[in-house]
Parts: sequence; structure tokens; C-alpha cells
Amino acid sequence: MGVLFEDGNLALFRDGFLRTVELSAVSAVLALLLGIVLAAFRVSPVPALRVFGTVWVNIFRNTPLTLLFFAVTFGLPRLDVHLDSFTFAVIALSAYTGSFVCEVLRAGINTVPLGQAEAARSLGMGFGQTLGLVILPQAVRSVMSPMSSIFIALPRNSAVAGAFSVAELYNWQQTMTDKGYAIFGIFFWVALAYLCISFSVQQLFSFAEKRMAVAR
Amino acid sequence: MRTRRTIAVALSVLTLTAVAACGKEGSPNDDAAGSAKPQLPTYTVKSDVKLDASPAWTKAKKAGKITIGAKSDQPFLGFEDVQTGTRSGFDIEIAKMIAADLGFAENQITWQTVASANRETAISGGQVDFYVGTYSINDKRKASVSFAGPYYIAGQDLLVQKDNTSITGPESTKDKNVCTVTGSTSVDQIKKYGAKVTQYDSYSQCVDKLLTDEVDAVTTDDSILKGYAAKNAGKLKVVGKTFSTENYGVGLGKDDKALRDAISDALKAHEDNGDWKKAYDATLGLSGSAAPAVPALERY
Amino acid sequence: MSAGSASVLYDAPGPRARLRYRVFGVLSVVGIAALLWFAYSSLADAGQFSAAMWSPFEYARVQQRIVDGMLETLKVFGLSALFSLVLGALLAAGRLSDHRPVRAVATAVVQFFRAMPLLIMIFALYRAVFSADPFWALVVGLSLYNGAVQAEIIRSGVNAVPRGQAEAAYALGLRKTSVMMTILVPQAVRSMLPAIIGQLVVTLKDTSLGYVITYSELLYAGKLIASNTSTPDGYPYIPVVLVIGPIYIAMCLALTALAKWIEARGRRGTNRRTPAAA
Repeated sequence: MGVLFEDGNLALFRDGFLRTVELSAVSAVLALLLGIVLAAFRVSPVPALRVFGTVWVNIFRNTPLTLLFFAVTFGLPRLDVHLDSFTFAVIALSAYTGSFVCEVLRAGINTVPLGQAEAARSLGMGFGQTLGLVILPQAVRSVMSPMSSIFIALPRNSAVAGAFSVAELYNWQQTMTDKGYAIFGIFFWVALAYLCISFSVQQLFSFAEKRMAVAR
Repeated sequence: MRTRRTIAVALSVLTLTAVAACGKEGSPNDDAAGSAKPQLPTYTVKSDVKLDASPAWTKAKKAGKITIGAKSDQPFLGFEDVQTGTRSGFDIEIAKMIAADLGFAENQITWQTVASANRETAISGGQVDFYVGTYSINDKRKASVSFAGPYYIAGQDLLVQKDNTSITGPESTKDKNVCTVTGSTSVDQIKKYGAKVTQYDSYSQCVDKLLTDEVDAVTTDDSILKGYAAKNAGKLKVVGKTFSTENYGVGLGKDDKALRDAISDALKAHEDNGDWKKAYDATLGLSGSAAPAVPALERY
Repeated sequence: MSAGSASVLYDAPGPRARLRYRVFGVLSVVGIAALLWFAYSSLADAGQFSAAMWSPFEYARVQQRIVDGMLETLKVFGLSALFSLVLGALLAAGRLSDHRPVRAVATAVVQFFRAMPLLIMIFALYRAVFSADPFWALVVGLSLYNGAVQAEIIRSGVNAVPRGQAEAAYALGLRKTSVMMTILVPQAVRSMLPAIIGQLVVTLKDTSLGYVITYSELLYAGKLIASNTSTPDGYPYIPVVLVIGPIYIAMCLALTALAKWIEARGRRGTNRRTPAAA
């Protein structure tokens, strides 16, 4: 346990923890936006967009995250996209998580009673309005639980970035192991940090769920 | 939709098997211009070895094969040719000469790739009988494993683009992006000079980043860097100003004194009969650097 | 495509809308094609499609390595899938138990393993417990994490079974165990099958994390092929991604197809479903 309080390890741990939080938060926002756009694509009236959405989701949902990191970190520089490793990590994480968000939203859209969409259309709403004002708000409510699973999984998935030069918690674990500290002490603190993050995400979701609840 | 997908899967499996059935043998790394190449030494396998005091040796003898930990991605040091599956390099030769003196022929060696960060675990956990792979002897590691050697002395250096003139030594790496491998001694060393450190888990990833200008330099032992410089001749160069001393040792189970003495004897014998120099010339020597002096063994 | 509910979102397009969609479609196809072409040509400029980059894949040994890696991946997946389902069922039973201590323990276990990154679990297990055998570190790590997630899926499935089912069973005089085993679990598993299989797909993908502890599965094989083939244009990471990626995608899609087939065979009624988390 003492590992945390020896030569400057606490500062490194704090930095690592903040990096994990930062990486997860930024990726979560982008993944949510991407997921909404992709879900809209997948139910849109334009066949080309539907195909695009389907292909995207099938590729990114079924590729291991590590492989995605490889593709991003070693592929993008060859397309002349030169960014730092944190941005690469955000791109890989949100592209991956976004496809899961899309699938959950799409399942949610399917749970909204047909009458809702019909009513919206008979009021003269177009596709964008029907989806954005009527269907999605109801869909979101019904998918809060699978959605929370996705965003609990996001911080833990972000650990992969540690192997790609982002100085977050996994990277801290590797550094400490290399410095020769016993694995138990290191693991204890890392576990504690991830539990905190996971617990906060859960609280956030149960709060949101309560706020959004409507009497039925 | 479903049938189409099934067909697609079936097709891809078929293609894979078809491709597998008509694969080439050999390796593209076999270059034809090998006329003046220095030849690797050959080792005579000792038959009358008795090392009952060593648990690792006894276990290996009973199994009829010895498991040696090595690196697999360091050209001219510890390299595995993916096309042929053969291992080559200076460390591999050192391992072979030790194995021969322990009574194991080349075909009795099982090679086990172990990443830098996992070396102590692999040795103390018995995953390998001994380990030869750019393994610097230091006190921290001595707490969990024992070392025989040193058999080679390297020093940390920098690998940069051929036309780079701004990096001339560790002092000039301040605020530069320097890449190295997680879990190696190089990390702390270069941080002292104020460099921004990028860490991946293999040197080739770092070298790739150097080739695409993502990092300014790669740092680790000069022996490793020279291998990469030779592999990417005309693009990369080694700065040539070492700023540390790394004594490469053979890692083995803690306090296995019998095995350590036997390995020390083996190293001594092969250094004296010229095998060491021959092995160097045929591997690391190919990168253009002359053989350094043979280090004195440290027995304890 | 669930045409039924999706097409309800917009009116059947008239002639002008059809034209608009078509123009829009053509534009987006052109845009995507241009993007792909840009990616392709920049990669080609960077020498990613040179013969040297791709030649490793012509060799029997390399192909064998990829096939071996695939088999190792499937082996790890098979065992972890089995263990995680068993563990998931046990933990779910624990979380639904009437005994408070049992419930507390099961909840703690589930929460803990659901929060821990697999990478860190596997690494710690390898370091602390299975240092001689990365295979078991990987299998145990995968089983613990996925078991915890499966437990949550099964539990929410049981909770989603209409209350009347359990009440009717109790009214018939069945005990808790028989209510669970004969009434609730079969219905829960059927309705949650897509989510369960979705999590199995995650398990399959996560086997790739074994490369951290140098377990020679598919991704590790790919990494080695890439790092040990140096060409004038660097290392063939992109070709390896382009070869290994589709293999993973094919394996996952095959698993998903199997799930759909099972679901179609076993479908009774219209239980709602929710996909799995990452």
C-alpha cells in the first residue's frame, strides 16, 4: 500500500487518475454525439446513409479496441494526420463506443410505440423533427440501463490507451511495476480509483434516470 | 441477409485455407549477397553435464528440453524471422553457447518470447529456465532474480533521422519527443534530461513513429539502435554518444548458484575460444560497429 | 433492418422527395468514395501497398502463425465464455437471493469486476497468481469480468419477466428454487439471449488483450508479424490491421449470426430486447 506515498508517486497517480477521467469524459461526449448521428443514419430515409451506418457499426463493434488503437495510432499519421497520443486515444475510444451507443439507441427507437411517430407525422413533422422531438426523447428513457452499462464500460476500456502512450492509470500501474513495487499495493490503489469512477458514473445515471422519469 | 452473411463467412474461411495451402517457404530476409558474410560459430554439445544442485537444470534435463527466454523483435540481437520461425542475433548465439555447455543441443531449445516488463515474473515463475535478452544487471532486479555475466556492455544512446543535426546527445533532447519502451531502464534516464517521453511496448513501434516524424528520437541501448539503423540504412542514424552503462547479464532463478556458476563457466569458455567474437561479427558486427572488449565476468 | 418501425418515422417519399433522397444519396456516396480514395492514395503514397509490405503474408509460416493465433483466440474464448456464463448464473442467483449477506457479497463482486479494466485485471493476475501461465491469467480475467456483466444481464432479464408469472407459480405452491429454475430463468434467458450473445462477442474481442502478457493469440501474432518485417517504408502495421481486422469482424459476425439463428428458432411471443454494453 505504501507505494502511493513514496517519491512523487502520489503526483503521478493523481495525474494518471485525472487523465483517465479526462479521456473518459471527452470520449463519452463524442461517443454520445456520434451514436446519435449514426442512429439517425440507420433509420434515415436515404438508403446510402443507412448502408453507411450499418457498415460503420458492424466494423467498429466487431473490431477489438486494441486493433482500433493500432489503426488510429499508426494509420492516421500516414494520412498526414499528426496528433498527440491523447487525441488518437479519444478518436479510437469514441469511434468504438459510438457504435455501441448507436445500437442501443436504435433498439430504443424500436420500443417507442408506432402511434407516436404516426401522430408526429400527421402533425406535419418531417423526419428530423419526428426523430429529434418525439421519438429520441422517449427512446432515451427506455434505454437508460443499457446506456449506463456502456458508459460504465468506457472508463475501463480507456485503460487500453495506457499501452499507447497516454499517461493514465494503466500506464501508472506499468510504471510502478517497472519501478519494482509489489503488485498488490499498486493494484489496490488502481482498483480503488476505477471503483470511484464506476460508482460516480452509476450515480450520475440513476440521477438522470430519476430526473427523466415520467408517470406512466 | 443472413444467407448472404453465411456465404461471406464461408468464403472468407475458404480463401484463408486456400491461401494457406499455397504459401511460400523460406524468407524474404534471405539476401543473396552473402558471399563475404562472417560465419556463425558452431558449438559442441557437452554430454557429461551434471548439475543436480540446480532445480531449473534438473527440470530441463528431465524434460529433455530447455526453455530460454529471449526477445523476438530486435534485429541482430534477439530476432525471430516470422517467415521461417528461426531465431537469430547476438543474444540468441549467447543462449545457444550456454545451452550447449549445459548439455542441450539447438533442437532441444524451446524459445519463449518475454516482453521487457514481464522478465522478472517469467524467470521467477519458472516460465523460462534462463533469460538472454538485453537484460541489464541492476540491484533492483537482483532482488527477484540472479544474473550471470555480464557478457556484453552497452550504453544508452539515441536514434534519429539521418538528416537530424539538432539532436547531438542527451542534453539536446530537452522538450523533444523521445520514444522508448514501457518497463525499460531507459525511461528514467531520458526523463532526467527533460525530454517528453512516449512509451510503446515494442521498439519497432517507436522506430515506426520515428520514420513518420511523430517522435524526434528513439532511445535505448546502442546495441539495439544499431540494429535498427542497419535495418533502415540511409534513413536513420545512431547519435553515438552513450550516456549510461548497461551490463547485459543472463537472468536466472534467484539463488540458483549452481546454474549461475555453470553459465559463467560457459561464457568464460566461449569468450576464450573466440566463439564470442565470431558470434558478434556475424550478428551485431553487421551493423558496422567493431567488436567491443569482452567484459570481465562478475562472479558472486 | 427493422423496416416496420423505421419507415414509420417518415412519409412514403413522393417524386420530389425521392429525387432529393437520390441526390443526397449520390452526394454522400461520392463523398464517402472520395474519402476512401483519399485514404487509399495517401496510404499508397506512404508505401503501404508496396509488395514489401504485403509479402510476409505469402509465406506458409506466417499464414500458419495467423491460423494458430486464430485457434488460440478461439480456445481462450471458448473456455472464458463457458466460465463466464456459469459464473454469471451463480452471481445472478446470489444477487436475487433472499439472504441479505449472500446478496451483499454477490453485489460487491459484480460491482468490483464490472469496474476493473480487463487489461489491469489480466496483468495483475499474471503478475500475482499465474506467472507461469499467461493462458490462465487471460481466461480467469476474461471470465471474472464477463461473468459479472452476464450476471447483470441475467438478473435484469429475471426482473423483466412479468410479475404475474412468479405470482402464479407461487400460487401453485412451487418453492423459490423451482419458480426460478422452471419459470423465471427460462423466460429471462430467452428474452436476454441477444444481450448475452452480445456480451460473448465482447468476450471474443477482449481475448485480444492477451497480447499484453505475451499470450500468442491472433493480435499478438499480427503484432509480431508487423514488428519483425522492416520495409523501406516502415513496418507493416496497416497491412496487418487490414488482415487481422477482417478476421475478427468475421468471427464476431459469425457469432452474431449464430445468435440470430438461435433466437429465431426459439422465439415465442414478443419479448423486448436490449443490446449489450461494450
